[in-house]
Amino acid sequence: MFRRMMLIRKAEERLASDFKAGELPGSVHLYIGQEAVAVGICAHLAASDYITSTHRGHGHYLAKDGDLFAMFAEVRGRSSGICGGMGGSMHVADMSKGIIGANGIVGGGIGLAAGAALAAQLDGNGAVAVAFFGDGASAQGVVSEALNISALWKLPLILVCENNGYSEFSPTKAVISGNIADRGAAYGVPSVAVDGNDIAAMWQAAHEAIDRARSGDGPTLIEARTYRFHGHVEGEAGFLKSKYRTDEEVDERRDADPIKRFAAELVSRKVLDEAEIEEISREIGASVDDAADRAVNEPWPDVSSLESLEVR
Amino acid sequence: MIHAINDALFEEMERDERVILFGEDVGTSIFGDTRGLQQKFGRERVRDTPISETVMAGMAVGAAAAGYRVICHLMYANFIYTAFDAIANQATKLRLMTNGQIRLPIVFMAVGGGGRSNSAQHSDYPHAALASLGGLYVVTPGNSGDAKGLLKSAIRCDDPVVFLQPASRGGEMGDVPDAETLIPLGKASVTKEGADVTLVAIAAMQRPALRAAAELAEEGIDVEVVDPRTVFPLDRATILDSLKKTGRLVVVDEARQAGSMANQIAAIAAGEGFRHLRARVTCITTRDLPIAYSPPLETAMIPDAARIADGIRTLMKERAA
Repeated sequence: MFRRMMLIRKAEERLASDFKAGELPGSVHLYIGQEAVAVGICAHLAASDYITSTHRGHGHYLAKDGDLFAMFAEVRGRSSGICGGMGGSMHVADMSKGIIGANGIVGGGIGLAAGAALAAQLDGNGAVAVAFFGDGASAQGVVSEALNISALWKLPLILVCENNGYSEFSPTKAVISGNIADRGAAYGVPSVAVDGNDIAAMWQAAHEAIDRARSGDGPTLIEARTYRFHGHVEGEAGFLKSKYRTDEEVDERRDADPIKRFAAELVSRKVLDEAEIEEISREIGASVDDAADRAVNEPWPDVSSLESLEVR
Repeated sequence: MIHAINDALFEEMERDERVILFGEDVGTSIFGDTRGLQQKFGRERVRDTPISETVMAGMAVGAAAAGYRVICHLMYANFIYTAFDAIANQATKLRLMTNGQIRLPIVFMAVGGGGRSNSAQHSDYPHAALASLGGLYVVTPGNSGDAKGLLKSAIRCDDPVVFLQPASRGGEMGDVPDAETLIPLGKASVTKEGADVTLVAIAAMQRPALRAAAELAEEGIDVEVVDPRTVFPLDRATILDSLKKTGRLVVVDEARQAGSMANQIAAIAAGEGFRHLRARVTCITTRDLPIAYSPPLETAMIPDAARIADGIRTLMKERAA
């Protein structure tokens, strides 16, 4: 799990620098700081389980074993991208691994995950579906609809709300009423608020929820409280007239960085020492750079590749 | 037409156990099209849902992505607007966005159109709006026989289909083909041959179109009636072949004129069919207003046989350019 979190961190840091260098065609929404949520959940999932994700979806994709090189190639819009350059950063998907995809519509993946959970229930093979969504999406009506129908039908669905403190550029407290985790109770859905920067707590909450879903006991709502270190979208300082949060606030939160906390825990339990952690970081950074470098000169998709995707 | 649709659903659910159906009150079935399915195929495969179009349409996408053939019944066509996010932003997009990794065998069914004093929020026929989306077949039958064969093809299609049924034609009987008859999506039919003018009539407009054609035959005007059956992708060839023969085109569409299929077909005629045109193209559409409740108002808004016949008479009197 530590390696997977580090992989997500390094991959996203590379995307940040590629974006800054003006090398990426579209917009990029980074997951840095939220890695424990995706990894704590996906540690329990197999390829036969489904996830749906958000516009901030690289972390979920990588946590669910998505291919690193194919992700970089996709973000660069290349033919060897996981979606052939058709989707880009906001739509990385790999059905062979149950990754129904990142989604550019806030809350858009929730209905899809409920449908995948229905399919899993009909298949009767114990598979589950996880919908990752943000605090911003918790304001969408589909959350209520999904809680209601998944509770009624006991769907093997896990609703994971990643509350990172900001709904795009608005502080969550300005746009979201009450506690998100409290909403499940109204529908009879077991719900829990978790420190989303604590990998052990995330893993445990995920374990209980996924166990419940696999046993046929229906959905769970997990509110993972975390923090987004980067902006809503890379390059936002270029178009925002003023700051919506202070640098001091971001700095204060650095102490709760989930990777830093996990590393400290591993050291204190003598699982790894500082040098070993440094070595893992260096080694993963090198493999990330290798994958990212290889994607740079991949061919663009041929325009003829659109033809096979037409409805006719 | 309802009995034909009901037949198609029974046959396809019988044929393929991965076909599932859900929607509001599909067990009770207010229109009768899903009647008996729950008793026959069980509550797992035929599910009554809460009144939650947003999540229903999203679930259709998720369940289809995960391997099922999903029929999502949205009841009245106006409720497609409530479900529109998942249709427009997910169902039509995923195949392209994932480079074909995800194929979505979904039929979104709904009953629409005027003629029954269902008033503004239960009388729209949104085929033209849906046809603008790109990744979605939009199928709408003009008679019972076509309804069955088209729906069976729609259920077997690997891409999303919206299947719109005209409410005003539900009780209509008519020949229904046997279980083996499939009508391909994207193919129009000529429902009456003629030599003087091509009358393209979509869905419920087939009936008044054929009435108008019969009336005009007595006056010596020989009308050819075409039913597109699928409005996206549109069978341009059948329409253009007919236009080549007659040189005149009238399109009757229950949509409001702004953004209608009538306009789209007129544009095709003005472009690809320009050299065949001997007269201006006439579009007969619903008035650009929400549908009114009171029967005389509603009747005046939606094209009928008299308006169609008048439109053709006027056109036939005009000298060729």
